[in-house]
Amino acid sequence: MLKLGFLIIVRDLRLSMRHGSSTTMVVSFFIIVVTMFPFAVGPEQEILRKISLGVIWVAALLSSMLSLDSMFQSDYEDGSLDQFVLSPAPLELVVLAKFIAHWLSSSLPLILVAPLLGILMNLPERGYVPLIVTMVLGTPALSFIGGIGASLTVTLRRGGVLLSLLILPLYIPVLIFAVLAANAVIDGDPVMDHVLLLSGFTLFSAAIAPWAAAAAIRAGLE
Amino acid sequence: MSDILRGYDLACIRGEKPVFSNLEFELPPGQALILSGTNGSGKSSLLKIIAGLLPAQRGRISFFDENILGDQDWISHNICYLAHKNSLKAEMTVAENLAFWAALDQYDGDIREKAVKVGIDHCLDLPVCYLSSGQARRAALARVLCHPGEFWLLDEPTVGLDSKGVRLLADLMADHLDKGGRILAATHIELGLDPAKTTTLNMLDYTFSAHEAFHELFQEPWEEDFQC
Amino acid sequence: MHKFANPARFMRLSNILLPWTTGLTIVLFGFGLYYSLILAPQDYQMGNTYRIMFIHVPASYMALFGYGVIAVASAVGFIWNHPLANQAARATAPLGATFTALALITGSLWGKPMWGTYWIWDARLTSMLILFFIYLGYIAVWQTIEDQAKAAKIAAIVAMIGIINVVIIKFSVDWWNTLHQPATLIRAGGPTIHGDMLAALLLMIAAFNMFFVTLLMWRIQSLILKRRIRTLRLQLGGGRG
Repeated sequence: MLKLGFLIIVRDLRLSMRHGSSTTMVVSFFIIVVTMFPFAVGPEQEILRKISLGVIWVAALLSSMLSLDSMFQSDYEDGSLDQFVLSPAPLELVVLAKFIAHWLSSSLPLILVAPLLGILMNLPERGYVPLIVTMVLGTPALSFIGGIGASLTVTLRRGGVLLSLLILPLYIPVLIFAVLAANAVIDGDPVMDHVLLLSGFTLFSAAIAPWAAAAAIRAGLE
Repeated sequence: MSDILRGYDLACIRGEKPVFSNLEFELPPGQALILSGTNGSGKSSLLKIIAGLLPAQRGRISFFDENILGDQDWISHNICYLAHKNSLKAEMTVAENLAFWAALDQYDGDIREKAVKVGIDHCLDLPVCYLSSGQARRAALARVLCHPGEFWLLDEPTVGLDSKGVRLLADLMADHLDKGGRILAATHIELGLDPAKTTTLNMLDYTFSAHEAFHELFQEPWEEDFQC
Repeated sequence: MHKFANPARFMRLSNILLPWTTGLTIVLFGFGLYYSLILAPQDYQMGNTYRIMFIHVPASYMALFGYGVIAVASAVGFIWNHPLANQAARATAPLGATFTALALITGSLWGKPMWGTYWIWDARLTSMLILFFIYLGYIAVWQTIEDQAKAAKIAAIVAMIGIINVVIIKFSVDWWNTLHQPATLIRAGGPTIHGDMLAALLLMIAAFNMFFVTLLMWRIQSLILKRRIRTLRLQLGGGRG
């Protein structure tokens, strides 16, 4: 069973690597969105320092959303999704593997370039480790919840806008807990509560997402 | 107990459009059932219902006295479904594609041998996007061969194939029937299978009348409706 | 279950019930408005401005209640594939969204004299705003998907995930809010609520509830009729039967 999941992850990563452009585009988008903010709010170091974490997180959230609709799209178009539903591998396992592949191919690169954006946004030195840690803990939830959205909209023609409308409100808890946790470290406040809530939310979304997404795909294919 | 796959009283409504009703079929081992009928007569829908991809409005399909309609576990081990589309990833090579589906469908035979059978062994290491549509369809047929299921559901299997390809397909199907396998195929093209092993099901014999479908959807007779 | 609540029966039953619920709504609103605008005394702090509460509180309550109805109806529709439950969920959505918008508007109107600004990121207003977004998403699902059976299933999944997340989001917004603004807790009326005020509030809540039920029946009726028209047209278009 685990072997099958691993097989699907490898396949999806291989596809996204051969496809090439999507990961690069997501990362470029991430950097460009963050770069917009100094133009919008002015280059004062103090203001940038204050909003740095929030801006980086919002940008990460938007970037990870960018690649969501391709999660099931090509599999739907070439008929692979039908075969996944028909295969002895449980559909829940298939979608879970796809979520993990999505996280590896689109969120992990974001985490790697996040420190660079920290420099651009004048993030205080104490903020780098918390930024990375909260991203590692929080971004999987983006892939899980986003994956539910992607599975709900995969068979629709105008799915992209609907997808963002559906999942952005659901991203709010991740944003709240992650930014609170990272800011608490910078300000020297107690941090454990936020971290636990963030991890709890991620685990919870990991628990419900495969079922919800599998049900959505079955309903969508009808 | 019966090893015949039997469909009883099947009805299908898709997006409020009645497709077919009162459909019955029988499929003993080693036999093929060819679905004929115009576009939209429900050939694909019937195959999808049997494959569990579409819920039936009504009816059941029995095999050894069990209703296998929508039984994911039974379906996943016994049914091999070939859709209009090939289910192959354009970015991956033919060999990678076949190996992936074989692993997922728990097939442990030799993939290369099957590729030779459908005549695409020379392009096993080519990405699917370089294949012609005929070659891609042959690769999809290789995927069908690399499936342990006894029941083949083929939806327009000849799409993209040239006359040589169609003959190859007919041979593969005859082979499968000889081994006791069963085939449900929706196709317009005469495949030249052994008539003793082939039954034709004309979908137009089972059209769903609007009145009946209306009753099915709203659980009330047609006439009464016009008064509200 | 199917036999008990099929669309035809619903049409007959609701045709009998509708005049009664409509009448009851009017009576309740009459009493409710009389109590809330005339009988209930002025607030010693807020003067007459607090009276917007008699719209704001019932609207907020109906906003949450509406989503609850959607979630329950969706669960019933999803599990038993019950056509009427699906239509009920669909019919509730615009009503709930409107009540949410009403709660937001009255809330911010009330905020002007209270806080000196139309909007502050108060926990309750913020949650209400997010609930409004969730309503919009749910409505969009129904609008985007052509095939009604499929739309019902997808929308049901959206609603069920939504209800879980409404709770989590409410919690996380409260959590976020208390850390940012610990001191701006406002109680509607506070613990010193006057007897007539309470009566007015309860009457208005009852009136809103009745109003909701009446509108819901109307909307379900119109959805059922619309669906029949669609079906008839499709069948005429198909040229069969």
